[in-house]
Amino acid sequence: MAERYEAVIEDRREPADDDGKKHPNTCPKCGSHYRDDELEANLRVCLQCGHHYPVGARERIAQLADRGTFAEQDADLRSADPLSFFDLKAYTERIAQAEMATGLGDALVAGAAAIERRPCELAVMDFAFMGGSMGSAVGEKFARAADRAAGRRVPLVTVTASGGARMQEGILSLMQMPKTVAAVDVLREARAPFVTVMTHPTTAGVLASFASLGDVIVSEPGALLAFTGPRVVQQTTREKLPDDFGLAESNARFGHVDAIVRRPDLRPYLGRLLALFADERDGG
Amino acid sequence: MAAEPKASEVEQLRLRDRLARLRALPLLGGVGVSKELERLERQIEQIAVEPSADEVWHSVDLARHQDRPYTLDYVERMCDDFVELRGDRTFADDPAIVAGLARFRGRTVAVVGHQKGRDIRERTHRNFGMPYPEGYRKAMRVMDLADRHGYPILTLVDTPGAYPGLTAEQHGQGGWIARCQLAMVGLTVPTIACVIGEGGSGGAVAIAVADRVLMQENAIYSVISPEGCAAILWRDASEAKKAAAAFKPDARHCLELGVIDGIVPEPEGGAHLEHDVAAQLLSEGLGVALEDAERVDRGQRRVERRARFRTMGVFTG
Repeated sequence: MAERYEAVIEDRREPADDDGKKHPNTCPKCGSHYRDDELEANLRVCLQCGHHYPVGARERIAQLADRGTFAEQDADLRSADPLSFFDLKAYTERIAQAEMATGLGDALVAGAAAIERRPCELAVMDFAFMGGSMGSAVGEKFARAADRAAGRRVPLVTVTASGGARMQEGILSLMQMPKTVAAVDVLREARAPFVTVMTHPTTAGVLASFASLGDVIVSEPGALLAFTGPRVVQQTTREKLPDDFGLAESNARFGHVDAIVRRPDLRPYLGRLLALFADERDGG
Repeated sequence: MAAEPKASEVEQLRLRDRLARLRALPLLGGVGVSKELERLERQIEQIAVEPSADEVWHSVDLARHQDRPYTLDYVERMCDDFVELRGDRTFADDPAIVAGLARFRGRTVAVVGHQKGRDIRERTHRNFGMPYPEGYRKAMRVMDLADRHGYPILTLVDTPGAYPGLTAEQHGQGGWIARCQLAMVGLTVPTIACVIGEGGSGGAVAIAVADRVLMQENAIYSVISPEGCAAILWRDASEAKKAAAAFKPDARHCLELGVIDGIVPEPEGGAHLEHDVAAQLLSEGLGVALEDAERVDRGQRRVERRARFRTMGVFTG
């Protein structure tokens, strides 16, 4: 009689501690996986299901601006630490870490550019820098970009991605809301067009200030655009929330955005808009 | 970082400049109740002395005190007549914001303010002073009316924040907060805002983009509630006191940071103890600030108002 072996297949490795967290290149919607170069070539859109991955500020600028036209301004501008803020870590340390991780001075990169040969000012946020939060540096850089656009009478195009105001700067971060709003007022007086592209997520203090004041507001599919995010709304009100709560699609249905534009269509869309805005004749 | 000392020097300069301006501004002078004035002046002298965590928290407690006067308590004491105007002309009337025309110190003004309720029923009716977008639209409508007729606008700020609810989002909470601020930037009439209790985040700043911004002595003005900040940064809402001490929402700090132009004194122990005296002091403070703001040329107001907010923030480079 042949000997029988009892074979037990048991995985004795510790369960991975990133349990549930997927690799950043794995699509959170459909599970497709891409190499870095594939993702970059696809503008970070999943080829299988159309999911839009996050895009950093520099890569976004490369996607939108005509090659070689972007001239960054105020790259050396940094938030100070007016409150000497310390939670579980010093604010200065958090900024330094974010700078190391992203290579950016703060959560907004701005400068002159051309999109489809139309000159504009471009101000692009980066969610990877402290959740794209708006403190003194972001507010100042946006305001300066608006001033430049008003001075040159060219459109200001802004791409937003932000969790809101930066708590570590306390009341001064709240004041960036009226500050950026006042900058939009300057733009409007100069009749410089203002286009906002809201990307995932655009919430709280940024949604409730300059982002919502675009002459034209477009959004990427699936982006969360909400003053208060679903978790807090749920906790505070105990309301049953629809599955698409706060998403771009819901915002479009309620009339808060002009169009939902897929990332591959964004540059041509902006090009068409800027061409229309380029007519300087005064019809009034 | 080499830029660090420069930043703090700039801050020192700003502080000194602000203090000089404050003394030049007769806002704290002419107040009938000299005891309060003396006390406040002593406080201002000590502004360089850091308020302790307990002192900051004391402000948070008083700002939320259940007997603290609310907008309508002040309006009925400060104004000879008040005609409330209701509705946003689109969808609804939001009881969390009251607005109307009033006679203040002998002249017609528009008043806009958050309104909290005192008993359970009124609190619910007023939604705890947390507006929907409809409230901001009503505010804009009344401000526009005042602008066309040349009436100054007084706003009283007292909200935990804009309402975080499903329909508020569907009706465009963020967008209307933004548009209300933009409308205020463009006004041609003098505008004075005073935080009389809780100045909670975007829901507060929506009606506080004014020529002169004041705070009552025990009011707070902040980017997030102490509990919210603690929940996010400390991952524990019960660390609220620590959070408040870190982000400094009290009037003294807001003055020091250049966010407000003056502090309106309260009766000894807080506004909740003597509503009449608190209203008299507030009326005095608003009156002086209004006289000051009126001196600016009408065509110049928008430019100066933009400049006021344009300079906010501390950065290098």
